[in-house]
Amino acid sequence: MSAVLEVRGARYALPQGRVLVEDVSFGVAPGETLVLLGRSGSGKTTALKLINRLLEPTAGEIRIAGRPTHALEATRLRRGIGYVIQEIGLFPHFTVERNVGLVPRLEGWPAERIAARVRELLALVGLDPGVFGARYPHELSGGQRQRVGVARALAADPPLLLLDEPFGALDPITRVELQREFLALQRRLRKAIVFVTHDVREGLLLGNAIGLMQEGRIVFLGTPEEFRRSEHPACRAFLAAAG
Amino acid sequence: MNLLQFYAHNSREALTLIGQHLFLVAVSTGIALTVGVPGGILLTRRPAWRGPVLGIANVLQTIPSLALFGFLIPLPFIGGIGARTAIVALVVYALLPIVRNTYTGIAGVDPAVREAGRGMGMTDGQLLAMVELPLAAGVILAGIRVATVVSVGTATLAGAIGAGGLGVYIFRGADMVNNTLILAGAVPAALMALAADGLLGLAERRLAWRAG
Repeated sequence: MSAVLEVRGARYALPQGRVLVEDVSFGVAPGETLVLLGRSGSGKTTALKLINRLLEPTAGEIRIAGRPTHALEATRLRRGIGYVIQEIGLFPHFTVERNVGLVPRLEGWPAERIAARVRELLALVGLDPGVFGARYPHELSGGQRQRVGVARALAADPPLLLLDEPFGALDPITRVELQREFLALQRRLRKAIVFVTHDVREGLLLGNAIGLMQEGRIVFLGTPEEFRRSEHPACRAFLAAAG
Repeated sequence: MNLLQFYAHNSREALTLIGQHLFLVAVSTGIALTVGVPGGILLTRRPAWRGPVLGIANVLQTIPSLALFGFLIPLPFIGGIGARTAIVALVVYALLPIVRNTYTGIAGVDPAVREAGRGMGMTDGQLLAMVELPLAAGVILAGIRVATVVSVGTATLAGAIGAGGLGVYIFRGADMVNNTLILAGAVPAALMALAADGLLGLAERRLAWRAG
């Protein structure tokens, strides 16, 4: 199956010259979850932001469904990519419904279609629309908030999702719950997903492919099975830490 | 003669001065708002301008108000005797709290909220109108409240440069050592300040976003 996302030789350097991402290449097909694994400062979040152009690549090419990302206006590009961050970033002055319906609203959908889509998405992430739709983010638990964050990212049915440590701030039990729901959801929706984490267990559980990042480069790229068997010292270090 | 008798005998003059006072405060606060809110927004988009702009505004704020009125009188276009000079001085004082609070309110919006908004494809204008300004509204209004209350007090000095207002009674009373006359100017000015504070405080509490 052809890749939804292709990253070729992506590089990102700060104006002062420090290189944060160097020669990163990978592809992600529909139904596939690529996990970018790495320690803090390894460049995995930077690499993710190059895809939706929150940061502009200084070299290399990124294509989504065959089209180079720089051919589109950045705001249009981003509306076609789901984006979830650890801090979630729900709008505190919007109800759950308005938060989830944001991208459809930006895209000018009619109100009834937005309302129907919001109900469908809340049910999909396991939140009763009648109970939660009118609530504000501060009235939700951490796990519920992140479910809303995922629903919001799925709102305009984008083929590609970028997730930056989405479960990192949750308590261990909620995290396991959401990881399980993520797998079930992905089996149904078959999106192309790039998932950033520093948690090797989470990476091995959720990913079809693991890209291990170190100092801005991908030093290992392969299946979870290959990762487990790899003799690469960075892979060994991560597996040793996981116990 | 007590205060009530004084007003009974001089009702037309008193109402005129109250009207002039309200006019000075309303026009100067209005101008400060139209310049200050966009100015504060601009500072959030041009971080390099923040230091110099807030620095200059701070320095202007430290000029004693009576001295500022005096400095302005000899200047062409913005100076002279009368309401125009008083309004220029009042705008100068009202600008800092409005610019600073607009900047602080927007800069205080959770960076994760801003990043999520940008990441979902909002333009800068949409982010400003739908997210940053609503979330900063309480802080911005607090600045407007401070500016208005300070203006009501400072506008009494307009009486010293022939711009009218309740300061006329206060200066006349001080010259004649007549406490009733001083109170005739000071009491309505104080009530005006309290009313502005109360009304804008009410609006502020309604707008301030209670973050969870």
